[in-house]
Amino acid sequence: MTEPAMVVLDRVSKSYGRTPVLQDCSTEVARGQVMVVCGPSGSGKSTMIKCVNGLEPYQSGSITVDGVTLGPKTDLPKLRARIGMVFQHFDLYPHMNVLQNICLAQIHVLKRSRAEAEARALDLLRRVGLPDKASSRPATLSGGQQQRVAIARALAMDPAVMLFDEPTSALDPEMVSEVLDVMQDLAQDGMTMMVVTHEMGFARRVAHRVLFLDQGRVLEDADKDAFFAEPKAERARQFLSKVLQH
Amino acid sequence: MGDLDFGVVWTNLGFLGNGLALSALLVVVSSVGGMILGGGLAALRLSRHRVLRLPAGAYVTVIRSVPLILVLFWFYFMLPLWTGHTIGALPSALVAYVMFEAAFYCEIIRAGIRAVPPGQTAAAAATGLSRWQVMRLVVLPQALVAMGPLLVNQVVILFQDTALVYVVALRDFLTAASVIASRDDRPVELYGFVAVVYFVICLAGSQLAGRRRREVIQ
Repeated sequence: MTEPAMVVLDRVSKSYGRTPVLQDCSTEVARGQVMVVCGPSGSGKSTMIKCVNGLEPYQSGSITVDGVTLGPKTDLPKLRARIGMVFQHFDLYPHMNVLQNICLAQIHVLKRSRAEAEARALDLLRRVGLPDKASSRPATLSGGQQQRVAIARALAMDPAVMLFDEPTSALDPEMVSEVLDVMQDLAQDGMTMMVVTHEMGFARRVAHRVLFLDQGRVLEDADKDAFFAEPKAERARQFLSKVLQH
Repeated sequence: MGDLDFGVVWTNLGFLGNGLALSALLVVVSSVGGMILGGGLAALRLSRHRVLRLPAGAYVTVIRSVPLILVLFWFYFMLPLWTGHTIGALPSALVAYVMFEAAFYCEIIRAGIRAVPPGQTAAAAATGLSRWQVMRLVVLPQALVAMGPLLVNQVVILFQDTALVYVVALRDFLTAASVIASRDDRPVELYGFVAVVYFVICLAGSQLAGRRRREVIQ
């Protein structure tokens, strides 16, 4: 008997007024698997990943995360505490230092003691390579450092799955790799991840599966090797030839 | 031109002090009451539900479109009619100022909350914090930084506006001074003194707002 998948999307559709954003999107992410979600701008990638933790509502279909199906009666805060999310613009809390950023939800959601939360935070700061930044304000850190703190903040909740929404698109080029390296370590430790990104090099190295979206539809849902060898959809071939040229 | 004699200020200091005490009472009660009521109104105006949003919005719009002096008259003459009791000038003035200031504090607080980037709310909610925890731990602390100087500024404006209570026969600082000015025929000395006191207090208030802002930015 196989274990049930960590994330299941079943015919999820969403529209803003009459404009469809997601149309009948279905996929599954198995435990320990890394799925890269890619596609052209406006294809619905970010919207899809935000539906998974209920930050974006959707009109039809169903989403199940770690056995919990999202619905009007779902305890969203409780579910979100088990889903880590990293955003394009980091969104660290500017009025707190790095340590407080990582401790806030541990203390107020998981009810850990301050000492326990700080120990966990310092542990994670070492893991993301920023052991000496605990008392820094986010504004004094580079973009790459801020994003690594944001990853630590998400990991502090001991999530069952991590969502990344274009984690490197707002970074200077030389800072992209320090963030991708942290993500790669995480993948190697067996974390289940859904990653919206344009970094095809990362997808090649780290992903198990690739989901290709265009105009709100899933055009490709394939193993990484199959996707990069020869995508079935014409649109995906075009996309790959453009992003891989550079 | 007669000679200036500021002794008249000195001999009437107690009378003037009583006026200033009334002004201070109005400022303290109206700003504290106004901020509490204004905070509640702001919460209603930011609500997801139209039935809460619309009445609060209507209240703020109406109050902000009428002169303060009219609101003072209103509560002075209408409250006894509604309640069937005479309430006296001071309570009716306090109610009027609180109701009036609340509309302005509401808009300052609402603007401060909306100035916090939506990404902050999303990031905090994504960690499992409840809606109220997100507001209390992440949004409000940042909003207060943005609105602090505006709140202090509104208190300074309120202090100047307390001079209007003479219309319901209350004797604030300026009214007290004008009573003596005409009785002793010393308008230059008294209005000069009053101007200096207003200037010093208001300047101190805005300096305080400015310094707090600098501290917060560091």
